[in-house]
Amino acid sequence: MINVNSKTLLEVRDLHATVGGAEILKGVDLTVKSGEIHAIMGLNGSGKSTLAKVLAGHPSYEVTRGTLLFDGHDLSALAPEDRARAGVFLAFQYPVEIPGVANNQFLRLAYNTVRGQRGEEELDPLEFDDFVREKMKLLKMNPDFLDRSVNEGFSGGEKKRNEILQMALLEPRLALLDETDSGLDIDALRIVANGVNQLSNKDNALILVTHYQRLLDYIVPDYVHVMEAGRIIRTSGKELALALEKHGYDWIHADDQMTEARP
Amino acid sequence: MSTAIWDDYLEKLIESWKKETQPFRTVSYLNRLRTNALNRVESLRLPTIRDEEWRFTDISSLRNTPFPRASTISLLSLDSQKNTFLNEPVCRLVFVDGQYIPELSSLVDDDSVTVCRLSGLANTCASKAERHLGQLADFQDSVFVALNTALMHDGVCIVIPANVSATIPVHVLYVTSGKEEVAAYPRCLLVAESGAEVTIVEEYVALREGASLTNAVTEIYIGESARVNHIRVQREAPQAFHIANNATFVAKAARYDSVSFAFGARISRFDQKITLAGEGAECQIDGLALIAGRQLADTHTFIDHANPHCGSRQLHKCIVDESAHGVFSGKIMVRPHSQQTDAKQLNHNLLLSEKARMDTKPQLEIFADDVKCAHGATVGQLDKESLFYLQSRGLAEEAARNLLTYAFGGEIINRVVVASLRQRLEEYILARTRIS
Ligand SMILES: Nc1ncnc2c1ncn2[C@@H]1O[C@H](COP(=O)(O)OP(=O)(O)O)[C@@H](O)[C@H]1O
Ligand SMILES: [Mg+2]
Repeated sequence: MINVNSKTLLEVRDLHATVGGAEILKGVDLTVKSGEIHAIMGLNGSGKSTLAKVLAGHPSYEVTRGTLLFDGHDLSALAPEDRARAGVFLAFQYPVEIPGVANNQFLRLAYNTVRGQRGEEELDPLEFDDFVREKMKLLKMNPDFLDRSVNEGFSGGEKKRNEILQMALLEPRLALLDETDSGLDIDALRIVANGVNQLSNKDNALILVTHYQRLLDYIVPDYVHVMEAGRIIRTSGKELALALEKHGYDWIHADDQMTEARP
Repeated sequence: MSTAIWDDYLEKLIESWKKETQPFRTVSYLNRLRTNALNRVESLRLPTIRDEEWRFTDISSLRNTPFPRASTISLLSLDSQKNTFLNEPVCRLVFVDGQYIPELSSLVDDDSVTVCRLSGLANTCASKAERHLGQLADFQDSVFVALNTALMHDGVCIVIPANVSATIPVHVLYVTSGKEEVAAYPRCLLVAESGAEVTIVEEYVALREGASLTNAVTEIYIGESARVNHIRVQREAPQAFHIANNATFVAKAARYDSVSFAFGARISRFDQKITLAGEGAECQIDGLALIAGRQLADTHTFIDHANPHCGSRQLHKCIVDESAHGVFSGKIMVRPHSQQTDAKQLNHNLLLSEKARMDTKPQLEIFADDVKCAHGATVGQLDKESLFYLQSRGLAEEAARNLLTYAFGGEIINRVVVASLRQRLEEYILARTRIS
């Protein structure tokens, strides 16, 4: 929901970033205010996940130019854990499997460090168990996933649900969901989208990286951006996604007259 | 030249021991065994890094300290919370500085476990001890086994009678008192007769820090269709030398499961030999070394597939931090007629610092053609993507590292069947990983 008076959560200006010596982000500009939902689309390899990882602070990615402000503070100076504690959350395109670490142990550690940082009370294993089971109901997740190792042997869809479960536990102010819809069947998509909508409010913001309109049918974006070769080359309202679905990305270049909703 | 020095070292050692060691009064075969071993010691020398099997493990500093045997063995009071990881009811045999101390031991009341001392064998035990003692751990080629056998002062023989399941675990606790810089040569023989079942926990602890030498030999005979579950925990003092030889004989259709932990000692060397000696015999031997500082932990295993239709599984892991050095050498031998052998060995190693070092040498020697054998070894650091994932969920980098390190070792700890021990091991490794 767009509200001109709400405060700016994320401000990305002329962001350049490299990985392994290659420049992938070549001047990204993006402003996200609280209450807003943004969608980022774009061809494979255009730099969407790179932007996500730079936001979350992956050590292999280096910001070489530009600014990255979260709530007015320079994010690029913070360690990944401090970004998480400040309220930045990345739902991974490829969630990592961690054999030997029980999911419930991991979720409780994450909850206690992030929420504890905000002055909330830490939960002991029993209290947490009740709490997490409630959150799992929201996503129609089987509680058996608590006892398994983090993401190990989970199907693609199960991993994505586990990501959104973490989002539900950590209640971030800014969440970037990197292709969370890929690998979800239609029922799962509806459940996950429903869960995300319930977490969305006027004080937080959402960035959805997706290839498909079907997600945006459930989670309706205020802005749709198109990324290409490390830059956001087009920004418009939700109708842009429909047009892209209909005409493909080439159409953007054919239609250079298109007006931008926000420069 | 070096040979002369080593001979000299052994000679002095033997001389000083000859003076004080009393012959076994009652059992002549033990005296024969010791004499044979003593004769053998005289033609052996301490290994150096020029010996293939000791390439990575330099024990030359051993000769800097004479390590006499403890002059007096005092009755210690053991704090069961601090001094052992096993608090549940067990049949407990306690050694202090290498000597078996009946006063500190607590045996079971029922007939499922029979324990006797080597120095005073009861008749039923004597024949079993005579048949197996010194037969499984071969002293011909190992100077340490020969020394242990020659200098064997006393020890225990544990027998689980045929078709009996021991009602509680047997716990052999080896305590280094740390009062003086002494040597311990403890000896233990376990005989599980056909169809018997037992869980044995072998634990080495130090009451205080300080240099000491342990040269232990454990022999395990597993009769037909019998099962032995063996857990070994080595937590010697950080300055200690720990040298141990375990030899296990697994008869037809019998099974041996073993999990070994190397946590302590400045230099530790563990030689484990398993002979799959009858058709259908199986073993699973797993291990975890967790070392830091300037520790060296060397594990040498040898699984001898001496018969057809035998299976072996092995997973050995090392977590090496700071300037520590891990060594693993795992040999699997498949003899010519041992068809239908199924052997699998894995060795995974985690280096936590730039200076940490790991040498691994898996070896398959296969002389039969119809076999299924696989092995593999990896040496690596903590996975960067896993670290980032945990950090992105708010865990501090150090906490994330500790959690991943713990998880790496947890796989081995999960194989411990004694619940209370498993929990103590978990706590221990959590505490250790938090420090490092
Ligand atoms: N570690 C890396 N080293 C070099 N190039 C990389 C690395 N990771 C990603 N890239 C490249 O960066 C580009 C953008 O990738 P990515 O951000 O994953 O795209 P998207 O998510 O939009 O599909 C791709 O060309 C990819 O090959
Ligand atoms: Mg991507």
